[in-house]
Amino acid sequence: MKGFAPILVVLALLATVPLITSSNVVLNFMVMALLIALVGQGWNLLGGYGGQYSFGHASFFGTGAYVTGILQMRYGVNAWAGFIIGIAAGALVGAVIGALSFRSGLKGSYFALVTLAFAEVLRIVASVAPITGAGVGTLIKLDLRSEAFQFQSRAPFYWIVLGMVGVSLILTRMIEDSRFGAYLVAVRENEDAARALGVDATIVKLCAMTISAAITAAAGCFYAQYYLFIDAGIAYGPWISIEGLLAPIIGGIGTVFGPLLGALVVKTLGELTKLVTGGAPGLDLVIYGSVLIVVVAFAPRGIAGIFVDLRRRLSGTRGRSRD
Amino acid sequence: MTEPLLRVENVSRRFGGLLAVDQASLTAEAGQITALIGPNGAGKTTLFSIITGFLQPSQGRIVYDGADITGVPPHRLARRGIARTFQIVQPFVGLTVRENIAVGAHLSRPARTDALAAAGDVARAVGLDASLDRPASSLTVAGRKRLELARALAIEPRLLLLDEVLAGLNPSEIRDMVPVILAIRDRGVTIVMIEHVMQAVMSLAGHVFVLSEGRIIAEGSPQAIAGDPRVVEAYLGKGAAARMTAAGGAHA
Repeated sequence: MKGFAPILVVLALLATVPLITSSNVVLNFMVMALLIALVGQGWNLLGGYGGQYSFGHASFFGTGAYVTGILQMRYGVNAWAGFIIGIAAGALVGAVIGALSFRSGLKGSYFALVTLAFAEVLRIVASVAPITGAGVGTLIKLDLRSEAFQFQSRAPFYWIVLGMVGVSLILTRMIEDSRFGAYLVAVRENEDAARALGVDATIVKLCAMTISAAITAAAGCFYAQYYLFIDAGIAYGPWISIEGLLAPIIGGIGTVFGPLLGALVVKTLGELTKLVTGGAPGLDLVIYGSVLIVVVAFAPRGIAGIFVDLRRRLSGTRGRSRD
Repeated sequence: MTEPLLRVENVSRRFGGLLAVDQASLTAEAGQITALIGPNGAGKTTLFSIITGFLQPSQGRIVYDGADITGVPPHRLARRGIARTFQIVQPFVGLTVRENIAVGAHLSRPARTDALAAAGDVARAVGLDASLDRPASSLTVAGRKRLELARALAIEPRLLLLDEVLAGLNPSEIRDMVPVILAIRDRGVTIVMIEHVMQAVMSLAGHVFVLSEGRIIAEGSPQAIAGDPRVVEAYLGKGAAARMTAAGGAHA
């Protein structure tokens, strides 16, 4: 699993999808799956590698989406510039929430609840504040030029979100192989032991949360450009926090490919459910819940963990001495 | 006499109504092994946690290498060369032995490959090289104690605080561990150790402090301490020393 070759292979394979099919249904499905993979990749950095389970990544997703939308519609900022500023704004929100929670020593379920609370506060504020369009939401004007980050067909959107996922995969891989990554995992495993070895746990968690928020905000910015409409429920609603943590947990928590794998599985299951039940509202959530229970009970390291175990079993002792 | 590397001055720590450490003072001479002994609940681990910055003292101060380090957080102390092990071992269970030790080695080595290589060297020094690529969770108690020691050593400390690294080991494992600790001292690391295994204290420590009910009640060479009536009473109860002397006298 070491090195970047597997990442590049997976990206190259996924990049061929629009060449094989021009079906809007398929591309739309893949764009949404990759979007969830991106949110999951952000969540995974903090939750999977750092052990800090956030229930409120909607805070960053929504901030990215709103900032890029509002800057374009109210201030006439270029969409691409808005995209960059949206990511920065999401990172800032992550840093602020992280500083407040970690400096007051919140861990485990307390941290989870505080992140959830922040996301809910932002959702309520966004649903009444005039600048976000309150209950009406923010509509981005149709302007199908690549300068405006809008495209005639779905293929360019697909390649852009795939590129973002690619960047997040490579970034995760680089972090895995760095001192920061080692410190982050040490904090997850045992914070006191890490501190005794010279790890500034607060700073490490804060950095992880900021990067995590930036990745998730990037997904939010993309969402706004893709759908050209956001409201408080979409941007800051719990749905994105939940899908963003389901993907890595099902796919394999604390692994590079876990979120991507999980997002594809979760989205496929969701679509199949809709197909079978004719779109009964909320039934996909029931399926997600059941899958989550099965994974947590029988494969705590997710689908990626099953692959690792299988490979170890097949290669036996030879595989062990190799790494 | 040269200035000791560590000086604990009149440190007290109160938990609500309980005075866990009461005006305790001790010193650790550079390059020596100093032992801290005492009955269960005497406040030894609390004192260690205060020295290493995990707890704040209610009173008193800690001087290390001529500087006041009272209240400095643990990660900063680690960077200044103070390492500790934990009485209840705290391995990073999800990681391999090598990755565990590398976390410590990263302190002076930003590059991953350097830290992993250094981890191998440290593992050899404590006799863990055979299990380098095994998960830490697969280690025995003795292995985990060695890992605890290896991780602390990996930060290349000047002062090493060992909290019962021999507890839970069988006599042959203790015999294997004693030369490891002596070798660490011989490399110039100053050691302060909490220990219950008296046989090891006698063969390792140059100077012993005895903590009982939060107070330092005696200090001296291991031989002097073993015969000190106050120490015997702290362990066995009031009057025990007198009764033992009387019984010994009757037999003579």
